[in-house]
Amino acid sequence: MQIIKDRQIIENNWSFIEDNQALPMGNVIISLSRWQAEKPQLKQHAAPLGLRLQSSDNVADIAQDLAHFDLIELHFPVFTDGRGFSQAKLLRDRYQYTGEIRASGHFMVDQVFYMTKVGINAFDLNDEKQLPLAISLMDDFSVSYQELLFA
Amino acid sequence: MYQYNDIDQTLVDERVAQYRGQTERYLKGEIGEDEFRALRLMNGLYIQTHAPMLRVAIPYGLLASKQVRKLAEIARKYDKGYCHFSTRQNVQYNWPKLEQVPDILAELASVQMHAIQTSGNCMRNTTTDHLAGVSPDELEDPRPWCEIIRQWTTLHPEFAYLPRKFKIAVSSSATDRAATQFHDVGVHIVKNAAGETGFRILVGGGLGRTPIIGTEIKDFLEPKYLLAYLDAILRIYNLYGRRDNKYKARIKILVREEGINKIREHVEQEWLKNRDKLILKQEKIDHIKSFFQPPAYEADADQDQSFSVHQQQNPAFARWLENNVCAHKQPGYRNVMLSLKAPDSPPGDMTAEQLDVVADLADQYSFGEIRTTHRQNLVLADVKQADLFPLWQRLVDIKLATPNIGTATDMICCPGLDFCGLANAGSIGVAREINEALDDIEYVYDIGELKINMSGCMNGCAHQSVGHIGILGVDKKGSEWYQITLGGSSENEAAIGKRLGPAVAKHEITPAIRKILDVYLKQRQHEEETFLETVNRIGIDPFKEHVYANH
Repeated sequence: MQIIKDRQIIENNWSFIEDNQALPMGNVIISLSRWQAEKPQLKQHAAPLGLRLQSSDNVADIAQDLAHFDLIELHFPVFTDGRGFSQAKLLRDRYQYTGEIRASGHFMVDQVFYMTKVGINAFDLNDEKQLPLAISLMDDFSVSYQELLFA
Repeated sequence: MYQYNDIDQTLVDERVAQYRGQTERYLKGEIGEDEFRALRLMNGLYIQTHAPMLRVAIPYGLLASKQVRKLAEIARKYDKGYCHFSTRQNVQYNWPKLEQVPDILAELASVQMHAIQTSGNCMRNTTTDHLAGVSPDELEDPRPWCEIIRQWTTLHPEFAYLPRKFKIAVSSSATDRAATQFHDVGVHIVKNAAGETGFRILVGGGLGRTPIIGTEIKDFLEPKYLLAYLDAILRIYNLYGRRDNKYKARIKILVREEGINKIREHVEQEWLKNRDKLILKQEKIDHIKSFFQPPAYEADADQDQSFSVHQQQNPAFARWLENNVCAHKQPGYRNVMLSLKAPDSPPGDMTAEQLDVVADLADQYSFGEIRTTHRQNLVLADVKQADLFPLWQRLVDIKLATPNIGTATDMICCPGLDFCGLANAGSIGVAREINEALDDIEYVYDIGELKINMSGCMNGCAHQSVGHIGILGVDKKGSEWYQITLGGSSENEAAIGKRLGPAVAKHEITPAIRKILDVYLKQRQHEEETFLETVNRIGIDPFKEHVYANH
């Protein structure tokens, strides 16, 4: 399966593992509840870890643990739920998270422009055929009031 | 007024291109209905009873004459020759074709206009006092701050998918003419004890189904932190506002459920963490302020007193002066209100011909600028007193001189069942009927200041809950009924109207209004006591007894 990362279409090499399944080798994404329940063991995990946040999860709760994750997945339950935009903004600006922030779940290609602006740099679209379109829509606007106002 | 630079122009042009692409993909079936709905709403496009409705932004109600001419051109070319001014100081077209909307947006962009964020669950057009910059009771011109907020809210990437719509209003005068206490955020320009100018911030006000008066969240904010503070409020709202029920999703519900102290604590924490990154530099503020300098007033404009001769000789002109013209801070100048409430036309509507004449009159008499008001009228704000009489004559010709500003027939009215997909009941027809019943102009003057607001459904677009008399259309088993409230106000002494009693049938609404006004005329202590003062003094029971006497 393919995704977008840093404006390139690449093969996805991460998989989400349900809480009740043992972690396989390779890059795995886990839930926040699993992280909180198994933190001591997971900190010893040999392979790269990713963390899936639901839109209702509080980013501040994992602020101290961000160094353990190569990827944060923001899962959009429905495209109208805009909490993920603030979660991404907080991860980048407040907590200086520099790893991959990936959008997944239900979102529109027409949202990727705003998503890139708040720091999301990877996109797992439900419809892979839309990947090239999504990249082209990242250039919808060449100017930003929010950047200019504080320049 | 603010003039676009290359960046502003690029932004609106790119928005047109973006929406054109979205419309094309939708028409090809590549965007689903729900998804396109969100996208078109953020470009002001509703799907209504008969046709789509396009809401065009008029930032803080300020228009240049060339923009008004463009609105007229669009009305002719893409609509049925007219448009409708809304209570958010915006303008609406009721008959555009969905596939032509990108072309309309391109036309608007050619005169520095757009329909960005005029609907949808995002930050909406910022509104202000329609007498901003010209009112004698003002601390400073609020429009530069509105423009700063306009820029910040436009295409804000983090706050485009909020739990619900979000409206900001700014006021800088002793009398609040912008209903700031009924906005998600109200910004008051104030002076602190040390004499410094800053902002008092209110949060959680709103009309609609659950009218709530806003609460103070910050007593004094330094100007450089305005956007940092708004950013903090919006982030708290975006993260914690309810998303499970659209009727409980406005920030007013969050404030009510959590309490203002808890919300303030969250917002302050958020603000303190972020404020140094979001400081407005003085150069930026000064640059924006430079667009709102007073026009070239004539210093001796107050010397020409010829209008007072006409005033003595012409009672119709005198009446218009008394009702539709108000004081200006510059000697020899007046603010002229153009009434969009002529007895025989739907409240807030204007024809293309009227728009063209108004554009010409603005060029000739008011430095080429026109304002819209939240009570759905227009203002020519900088008219020399010597020009009042010729201007009045021209306005009479195009039926924009009905001398009823602030009176019973200056009703706020939504489009109602005739146009709106949400409405439960008609409003335009009822407004006309009330207007006809009150056609005795002497009677209307005798009643004096009165705000009647009428909405066709409980979404409350016409702010019925803050009308001195509020009328709310409701559906009862398929027929149209009307709920009356008394004593609402959106000004300094903000109040939500009290329910008079059970809803009345359509044929009973006009007689009920007559009865309410009869009670007022009988009960008022003297001619100076306004309707609202009488209601506040005697309560609603005397009105109730008279209206429901035969039930």
